[in-house]
Amino acid sequence: MTTHPRPSPTPPTPPTPPDPCAPRDRRTPPDRYARPVVELTAVTKEYAGGVQALRGVDLTVLDGELLAIVGPSGSGKSTLLHIVGTLDRPTAGRVAIAGHDVAALSDRALSALRSRHVGFVFQSFHLVPGISAQANVAEGLLYCGLSRAERGRRAAAALERVGLGDRMEHRPHELSGGQKQRVAIARAVAGEPDLLLADEPTGALDTASGRSVMELLHELNDDGATIAVITHDQEIAASLPRSVRIRDGRIVSDEWHAQPGRPREAP
Amino acid sequence: MSTTRLRPPRLGPRDVLHVGSAGLRSRPMRVFLSALGIAIGIATMIAVVGVSSSSQAKLLQELDKLGTNMLVVTPGQSMFAGQDTKLPKEAPGMISRIEGVRSVGTTGDVPEAVRRSERIPKEETGGIALKAAKDDLLGVLRARMRTGTWLNDATSRYPSVVLGHVTAERLGITGVGAQVFIGGRYFTVIGILDPVPLAPEIERSALIGWQAAEQLFAFDGHPTAVYERSADDRVAQVRALIARTANPQSPTTVSVTDPSAALQAKAATEGAFSTLLLGLGGIALLVGGVGVANTMIISVLERRHEIGLRRSLGATRGQIRIQFVTESLLLSGLGGLAGIALGAAATGVYARIGDLPWVVPWWAVTGGFASTLAIGTLAGLYPAVRASRLSPTLALQAT
Ligand SMILES: Nc1ncnc2c1ncn2[C@@H]1O[C@H](COP(=O)(O)OP(=O)(O)OP(=O)(O)O)[C@@H](O)[C@H]1O
Ligand SMILES: [Mg+2]
Repeated sequence: MTTHPRPSPTPPTPPTPPDPCAPRDRRTPPDRYARPVVELTAVTKEYAGGVQALRGVDLTVLDGELLAIVGPSGSGKSTLLHIVGTLDRPTAGRVAIAGHDVAALSDRALSALRSRHVGFVFQSFHLVPGISAQANVAEGLLYCGLSRAERGRRAAAALERVGLGDRMEHRPHELSGGQKQRVAIARAVAGEPDLLLADEPTGALDTASGRSVMELLHELNDDGATIAVITHDQEIAASLPRSVRIRDGRIVSDEWHAQPGRPREAP
Repeated sequence: MSTTRLRPPRLGPRDVLHVGSAGLRSRPMRVFLSALGIAIGIATMIAVVGVSSSSQAKLLQELDKLGTNMLVVTPGQSMFAGQDTKLPKEAPGMISRIEGVRSVGTTGDVPEAVRRSERIPKEETGGIALKAAKDDLLGVLRARMRTGTWLNDATSRYPSVVLGHVTAERLGITGVGAQVFIGGRYFTVIGILDPVPLAPEIERSALIGWQAAEQLFAFDGHPTAVYERSADDRVAQVRALIARTANPQSPTTVSVTDPSAALQAKAATEGAFSTLLLGLGGIALLVGGVGVANTMIISVLERRHEIGLRRSLGATRGQIRIQFVTESLLLSGLGGLAGIALGAAATGVYARIGDLPWVVPWWAVTGGFASTLAIGTLAGLYPAVRASRLSPTLALQAT
């Protein structure tokens, strides 16, 4: 059945709060790792033409995790990220994001899910040319249903957050690669998503810019965001608490690292 | 399983306008060129309608000034060929007593030649008629003096003459005081009339006083035209009675005409604008619409990344659709507004040159604008649907 999820006769939770993009304090719940944000079960993705990009992937990401997804080119990392971000549907298997079964949702509901729970950072930034950094970040809040003034305010706060408080009015072509990526990150996090998905966010950056972007992701994670980062960089992968290795559409390893200098609770 | 309802928030009108205009702001030249096609089409149609409406308004204005409440009574033709009919001398007086008649003016033809001087042969009268005038002729015709004065009680008895403007031109007379040779003696020009659209025969006449005509020439005193004005709502009743009143002996020979009817007919044909030009405007508009559709398809192709990005940010298919339809509407709406301004300006220039009132009918403006909006929606619909159907991942991956 692919009908809209209807509230059961006796809803166990209260209805949606009026402001879906409102900041939440994620640090207070004592069981912050108890809630799975992503649950993939036996997910398969076959593209037209018979390419099997994913072959039976099981993956669970809990609230507050910071994980790397690594693997050779063409192994299915981007495909996995798109499916986790509900931009694409799996050929087979079950995907649940923030508790919602994706297969049961209409395209409209998926859009709402993305606007409320998921933030993307793309390798090639995808900033809208010709408008200011602040406007770019504010554009990311458009589909949350916030007022114009509130969007501007939150965009400014998000840019402060990524250290670009002095570049608000700069347009994309007036920013360095690292700054553009920070704007893209600010846009992704301005709506306070439960899940931040980054596809090679440092791929187009030099080492120094890449390191500062990674530091920013660490800070955001410390503040409670759940983050999945695709990377080719072994060093970066090793610096994150968890790394998931994938090859030919299969998860071949899934390991947790000790975090020197970063005291973190065990999962 | 969470039971929170996932419903995408609506975009308010301002936000729709914001996303719809984003693509236009970054490409002003393209906006200008694709709006131009629409603008030319609308401008043509507005100008065609505007010019003919202005001409019509001018005629109607004139007609309003002249009034449609005048009737002219002339002796008409007898049933027996060759037998002249005449209006009785009492006709003007009788007509003025019909209920509703406000004023009466009378002319009588005097069979004498009007010449610039005695050296000009009698035959060369230039088609100028000599008429005796009495009663309130000037007032009934709403005629104005170009120069000089109209005949009064005193000048009506003496050899004084007032010329119609055509007569004055033919005789080469521009001012009062000139002498005109009529029936063997010189008359002094005391005035020249402005054009009299309701009575062109007066424009080609020389008018002398009734008494002067009777005393100086062999004028029999029978009127040859009685002009009459009545209240607007009495025209029909007066018309029904006037022939019998003017000539009780043979009412059927009397001819009664309404000179404003011809002007009204002319005004009606002026209002019917050229269908050919209007059709050309329509074709230009259609071509403009195709241009907008083309621009929109290119815009969608170019902005696949943006579309994928917006989808990843949570835009629904409907929100992508409305973004591109809005963009298309803005494009053609801008073209439409520019076209209306251009068409109105062209009409204004034409009106100024032709000394017409500047009339651009509201129905043409609203109709023109509505048609641009319809074209914008049609032109944007297909590209917008295509944009909304793009798979977000493919849109993002597009090179
Ligand atoms: N739209 C598509 N249609 C068909 N095949 C596709 C499509 N997108 C990806 N693929 C194929 O699916 C496989 C996985 O692609 P994917 O983009 O997920 O790889 P990746 O791990 O992200 O690689 P990279 O590190 O180079 O970005 C590849 O073999 C690719 O050719
Ligand atoms: Mg990839």
